[in-house]
Amino acid sequence: MKGMSVIVKKVAQLLSAMIFVFGMYIAIHGHIMPGGGFTGGVLLASSFIVLVLAQGLEYFKLKQQRERTSLVESLSVLLILLLGFSGLFAGSMVFFGNYLPKGQPGELLSAGNIPIYSILIGIKVAATLFTIFLALTIYKEEVST
Amino acid sequence: MENPVLIFFIFLPFLAAFIIPLLNLFWDQAKTIVLLLVSLVLFLLSAIIVINPPQITMYAPGGWYPVDNIPLGIHLVGDGLSRFMLLIINTLAFFCAIYAIPYIKLFTGQKYFYTLFFLQLAGLNGVVLTGDMFNLFVFMEVAAKASYALVAFGVKKTEIEASFKYQVIGGLASLFMLFGIAMLYWMTSTLNMADISVVLKNNHVDNTSLIRFAQLFLLAGVAIKSAMIPFHAWLPDAHSSAPSPVSAMLSGVVIKVLGVYVILRLFINVFEPCGFMSMVIAVLGGISMTAGVILAIGAWDLKRLLAYHSISQMGYVLMGTGIGMGVIASGENPEVVALTFTGAMFHMINHSVFKGLLFLTAGSIEYSTGNLDLRRMGGLAQYMPLTMIASFAASMAIAGIPPFNGFFSKFTIIVAAIQGGYYFRAALGMLVGIITLASFVKFQRYAFFGKPLTGITLKQTPVLMNVSMIALAVLCLLMSLFIFPEVRAVFLDPAVNILIESTD
Repeated sequence: MKGMSVIVKKVAQLLSAMIFVFGMYIAIHGHIMPGGGFTGGVLLASSFIVLVLAQGLEYFKLKQQRERTSLVESLSVLLILLLGFSGLFAGSMVFFGNYLPKGQPGELLSAGNIPIYSILIGIKVAATLFTIFLALTIYKEEVST
Repeated sequence: MENPVLIFFIFLPFLAAFIIPLLNLFWDQAKTIVLLLVSLVLFLLSAIIVINPPQITMYAPGGWYPVDNIPLGIHLVGDGLSRFMLLIINTLAFFCAIYAIPYIKLFTGQKYFYTLFFLQLAGLNGVVLTGDMFNLFVFMEVAAKASYALVAFGVKKTEIEASFKYQVIGGLASLFMLFGIAMLYWMTSTLNMADISVVLKNNHVDNTSLIRFAQLFLLAGVAIKSAMIPFHAWLPDAHSSAPSPVSAMLSGVVIKVLGVYVILRLFINVFEPCGFMSMVIAVLGGISMTAGVILAIGAWDLKRLLAYHSISQMGYVLMGTGIGMGVIASGENPEVVALTFTGAMFHMINHSVFKGLLFLTAGSIEYSTGNLDLRRMGGLAQYMPLTMIASFAASMAIAGIPPFNGFFSKFTIIVAAIQGGYYFRAALGMLVGIITLASFVKFQRYAFFGKPLTGITLKQTPVLMNVSMIALAVLCLLMSLFIFPEVRAVFLDPAVNILIESTD
């Protein structure tokens, strides 16, 4: 996949940073605002996808990196599971127990473990969508060449 | 503090599934060790909770317990039926895991197999443990998605086609299920299974034809997943083109859990058994039983033959279930109810063992000869005696020859049908048993006896594969002991009691 024109590349670079920040914002505010891990994750992934579409696949040497996105995916699921498992040893001693301090409702640092789950789900969704995108693109590249 | 044992049946497979890709970076043998260790632990845990059941059967992740009997969170329910299904799943998964270690070396991309295997296992365990309708759907999807990928694992043309067919039809089934669940949620304003059954029993829903509508959608979805005859098109392809340990899991466990277990749970525990549904289920069972075996006897591909027999044997289970529901609904002969459900449960666990074993022996034949066509085999008995013994035990068990387990469960179902006054179904059951025997005599004759092969070098089957097959063959004999009341009281009666109690 070749890159696009200079204008598109430049706009995509500027836009991608904004999409990325907005994705993080949505994922981190999952517990007090509409949205959450999944929506934030989709935005995070799309910020990468915009860049790849504009610059082309070779620019980032993404063929070599596809394994790593899968690893990030596995790692984030693993962290979610272990966080849930840690609930067995703290607080109310149940799986998925919410044992961190609850804080004031409506503030960013509140709701105990829930924001951590949101962030991890955001990473997981971003990694998964990006992996799927890369797998499809690389497949198409290999078929066409 | 609650006893958290139930959550481990979901937690451990998920943990194993996602830790394997990470550990595999540093150490190549890690995936094998994790596979053996986790499946062994799950097998032992399931055996422990069946033999020594915990006092409290409910577990609420996150600590969301019901308030004023209104359920808040998603609950895991480990009652008799769920524990029984857990035993079936994790026993077969353990033996398939042992078998898979040498077998999967035939394929490329081995590391993905381990992750997918555990995802499938987690989905299956989740389906039997959950007490929530939507969660049931989610876990069904987890198990089904992993199965789609596992069917296509060989990435040959036929395998991908089979997987695609399975995905399209399976997706349709999921859509039906989701629609039925949505209808139920709309009518009862709750997703908790126990709560739905309470709401329906107290006649809070006036429109009975709406309930019937939702029931039919759910039944259509589940019938596709359990491959009852008008809905069976995906099964012979999918089960025969998957790698053999996966075929064993699909045929021995997946169609039972996603199909028969959900039928039992929904149409006996959640809805009250009614005459109409019992008739539909029993007729579906009867048709599958008969047509499945007729399709099987003409098949020459070994795994395709076994796949058709899965349809037929699941027909036995569903016919037994349907008879039991019919007896409950009509209110006559209440003493037969326990007998029919015992027969159905007994046949379900037996089928998981002998059909799993048959697929494993088929895989072993494929491993050494590289072919699955019965016409191009012969005289394998002298080259692979252990496979022959295991396959013989399983064939006799599925055909219903007395010292093996299959005889007792089929006999129980047929006796129950006669006592319930369903003479035609009993006669059909016997007839199908005879045709089953004929088709397995064919399998034995063409594969192991007859004219020996000449001019072909046979690969030796690895030790681990033989260990797994012989262990399952011994189980085929040992499970005949379930017919004794003392053994039955431990393994079968808790599951049967759950099915009977719900109707009181």
